[in-house]
Amino acid sequence: MWDYTKLIVLGLIALFAAIATNYAHDLAYQVNALVVMLAAGGTFLWTLRRMGEPKRARPNEYMDDVVRAGVIATTFWGVVGFLVGVFIAFQLAFPALNFEWAQGILNFGRLRPLHTSAVIFAFGGNALIMSSFYIVQRTSAARLWGGNLAWFVFWGWQLMIVLAATSYVLGGTQSKEYAETVWYIDWWIVVVWLSFLAVFMGTLINRKEPHIYVANWFLLAFIVTIAMLHVGNNLAIPVSIFSSQSVQVTAGVQDAMIQWWYGHNAVGFFLTAGFLGMMYYFIPKQAERPVYSYKLSIIHFWALIFLYIWAGPHHLHYTALPDWASTLGMTFSIMLWMPSWGGMINGLMTLSGAWDKLRTDPIIRMMVVSVGFYGMSTFEGPMMSIKAVNSLSHYTDWTIGHVHSGALGWNGMITFGALYFLTPRLWNRERLYSLKLVSWHFWLATIGIVLYASSMWVTGIMEGLMWREVDANGFLVNAFADTVAAKFPMYVVRGLGGGMYLLGALIMAYNLWMTVRAQPAKAPVNANNFVPAE
Amino acid sequence: METYSFLREFADSWALVALTLIFLGVVVWAFRPGSRPLHDAAAASIFRHEMKPADAGRDAPAPSEREA
Repeated sequence: MWDYTKLIVLGLIALFAAIATNYAHDLAYQVNALVVMLAAGGTFLWTLRRMGEPKRARPNEYMDDVVRAGVIATTFWGVVGFLVGVFIAFQLAFPALNFEWAQGILNFGRLRPLHTSAVIFAFGGNALIMSSFYIVQRTSAARLWGGNLAWFVFWGWQLMIVLAATSYVLGGTQSKEYAETVWYIDWWIVVVWLSFLAVFMGTLINRKEPHIYVANWFLLAFIVTIAMLHVGNNLAIPVSIFSSQSVQVTAGVQDAMIQWWYGHNAVGFFLTAGFLGMMYYFIPKQAERPVYSYKLSIIHFWALIFLYIWAGPHHLHYTALPDWASTLGMTFSIMLWMPSWGGMINGLMTLSGAWDKLRTDPIIRMMVVSVGFYGMSTFEGPMMSIKAVNSLSHYTDWTIGHVHSGALGWNGMITFGALYFLTPRLWNRERLYSLKLVSWHFWLATIGIVLYASSMWVTGIMEGLMWREVDANGFLVNAFADTVAAKFPMYVVRGLGGGMYLLGALIMAYNLWMTVRAQPAKAPVNANNFVPAE
Repeated sequence: METYSFLREFADSWALVALTLIFLGVVVWAFRPGSRPLHDAAAASIFRHEMKPADAGRDAPAPSEREA
């Protein structure tokens, strides 16, 4: 019966998408409708061919196939996102790379949201979804709840990524940073995200452990808060059901405040809370020691939850936003130092008594550097939220440098650590293909980030100072184009740093591939753990 | 405007006090006497059930049993 319902729903979606393709008002919508039609049609055929196959319930095994798919997707989107990032970095250094023949598709303005969404939502999102699924099963000692719902979350998220990417390059956007996706993609994200929440909560409710491990607290906070932020920030009325255009419900400074309430908490809950959930599981596992202080982790959690949500207004210093709101945002940003450093200490001190592992285990080295960058960028962020500092740093490349030391250093490195941790376990291999290649990846990525961040500090502070420089008569000294010209060498260095980071990720992809392909399998533990090579 | 002023005043008085007290309560709760064995058991939970779920129908041993 359920199969018939699925077929009817998929058929209707495919039919509607076909009609929508025909009546589309704009190209982005038309291509998206075509993609939806193909996806729904393909899933229809796939379901049809498997009608009446007996379902095997396996409550005594973990559902790891969806996590394996997540490992592949994370690696793939990571490489794609870094590649686009390197390309647009060189577009800024060498504007000729905005090719004339590809105007309106491959120029910086179209590729920039593609890069940010690819690394945050495709690479980071897949990393978070797969680790949530892995961690919640192990710490609850229960199989994922909801059967194939986890697969729906996985494929739904991939569809979202493809829709967003094709929409961006063809000009579909609602002009909200980190929330560029147009209204129908926003609706789809809500559906997928609530399914994600259901799978996660269902598994927690089924848990066999008395206590909910702290990593799950962070992951649950991340899922719930992102749902709330996403809905709040995307309240918009579509112009037509056949158009990607929509009108935001709020306007002016209220809209700006809601956007940065979303924007900053996307950083706070997507890129911080969610990845802290990964940290609290993968670092103790890889170090083979429990977390340094469980009490500190509880305080870390609640401090983060209570403080982060108020920090958004620091994105709107010296704007139409009321002064009290801007001061509130700054104050809470500075208070965030406490949970940030509490968390960093907790992650690093987990290694106390096992520091020798840093010498022998490049994976733990990666995780430790990641926590180090977490501490560094969460020190830098509050400092930049101070109004006096912000008057220099805002609108300059310093912000971009800050974001990347957090994203490449903290999010990227902890995800690489998790991928290296998970791949041998999920594919039941003795060990990774090559630890030497992990070391290569580690050094390429670390030096790449250092080049990236330091060149952005230099160029950011330089342009900030150039913008405010006045002569004896009070006239501005520099034209905007002067700052652009002065930034060229730093832009090249930034591109090189990004290139090294990309090269590291390619080495990782090769290493993971060879781990699955060439390493001998361990004796199968159970049917689920054993995966034939072909 | 009336609603705005009311909410504004409420937010930086009673709501602020309530949230601060809840936070302090959480911290005190984390340090309550007798929490250590529970926290140790929770911190060690990641080293159990690596390969497969706990047997359905049978609960995991209580932390106190495990300590023995």
